[in-house]
Amino acid sequence: MNLIDENGLRIDGRKLDELRPVKIQVGVLRNADGSAYIEWGKNKIFAAVHGPKECHPKHIAMADRAVLKCRYHMAPFSVPDRKPPQPSRREIELSKVIREALTPALILEEYPRTAIEIYVEVLTSDGGSRAASITAAAAALADAGITMRDMVVAVAAGKAQDKLILDLCDEEDKEGQVDLPVAYMPNMDQVTLLQMDGFLTREEFEKAFNMAKEACKEVYKVQREAVISKYFGDSTPKIKEA
Amino acid sequence: MSKVERKYVVPGDVIAEGDYVPVSNAYSIGEKVYAMRVGLCELDGNKVKVIPLSGPYVPKPDDVVIGVVTDVSAFAWTVDINSFFPAFLPASSVYGRRFSAEKDDLRNKFDVGDTIIALVAAFDRSKDPMLSVSGPRLGLAPAGYVVKIEPVKVPRLIGRRGSMSKMIEEASGCKIIIGQNGYIIISGPQEGAALAMEAINMVEDMAHMSGLTEKIERFLADRLGLTAEQPAEQAQAPVSEKAAADAAAEPQEDRRRDKDSLEEKRE
Repeated sequence: MNLIDENGLRIDGRKLDELRPVKIQVGVLRNADGSAYIEWGKNKIFAAVHGPKECHPKHIAMADRAVLKCRYHMAPFSVPDRKPPQPSRREIELSKVIREALTPALILEEYPRTAIEIYVEVLTSDGGSRAASITAAAAALADAGITMRDMVVAVAAGKAQDKLILDLCDEEDKEGQVDLPVAYMPNMDQVTLLQMDGFLTREEFEKAFNMAKEACKEVYKVQREAVISKYFGDSTPKIKEA
Repeated sequence: MSKVERKYVVPGDVIAEGDYVPVSNAYSIGEKVYAMRVGLCELDGNKVKVIPLSGPYVPKPDDVVIGVVTDVSAFAWTVDINSFFPAFLPASSVYGRRFSAEKDDLRNKFDVGDTIIALVAAFDRSKDPMLSVSGPRLGLAPAGYVVKIEPVKVPRLIGRRGSMSKMIEEASGCKIIIGQNGYIIISGPQEGAALAMEAINMVEDMAHMSGLTEKIERFLADRLGLTAEQPAEQAQAPVSEKAAADAAAEPQEDRRRDKDSLEEKRE
């Protein structure tokens, strides 16, 4: 499969260091304490936050902080072939990864003995759904009014046909050589998630990592704007109860 | 009063740099002060705080809250106060020291599903909040509608020295009892209650705007102008001062009694 053409453009026509279009909307679900919807390339993902609330089962509660629970789930219709609805190995792993990418940004000590639940529901999946999920979940957490040190945004970088690329789409993720998702707290300048699948030289890694970090700052602008416009945007119509 | 500067913030925003003290919903690392919640940031002298626009109700001792009884045991009621902990109302708060678990049936006082007005007696996050209903105007709530708003927006609904809630009360002819936890009881004639609900929802939607009182005032005036006869005339009728005073003096047994509103007491 030819992922990059002779003009240096990728299969969806992007340049090597170009992001897919990102759209975020905050406060979209009425029955959740906080929520966000993200469209990132072909990804369509909802994130909802419940809590802080009473922690069940009681024995997992912690005396000095809240327990963060996360469920990443893909709808049966989110992929070309039907995906069985029960959590797969991959979904369980991504739930853990997303939870751990968000934990450093939260001040869980504010809510001892409680639980905060994050539900990520992927409606249509494309490459980089974990990055999109983290970005949406952080916006949903801010919407829920959970105390946070910073927002979290995530973008993946990678490599295909020996060239470093940014924000991998599904085909590049599957056929490419490297996938390097990075979650980042833009104001703290701290990384909360760094995974790598494939091989990079040290120089390539530095370059790809910085590319992802810079892209996170771009996505952060969209994310911040989405939160601001829910609370202060008088022009954007509020999503009212149906 | 020094000049207060306000701006919109989201978590992680740098709100101030230099010699500032974070007061609430803000924290500092080195010279920088960061916001922890979505809200309005206020710089007052060297103090920095963020007024949050979303978030759960965190019980605070001496808050008046409105709750719904969810469980009755032999010694206590469990009350939902719209927080992350269920509240606990010990029987001794109602029966005093003569309480006897064998003789007294707690269901005679409050049963599951009853709405009560209570005071947060103690809370320190290591235990569930404890309530008390011993005090004037506390106990079983009067008949009316329960409306829920975001707890962080309750101060806006009360307004400066209770101005906002008083204005809505006068326009709607309903009594409005505001719990700090975001539960509100509106009791009074139905048309008035509908108007009050609409006004309260408006306050919730526009809590971050300035000049809110004027906006609500105009809205209420418009409404009363349109439906000239009904609510406007009723506005004074049902809440006579005498009735209110009677209500306050009555003991807690009477389930259907009307109550005076509480918000003047706590500004």
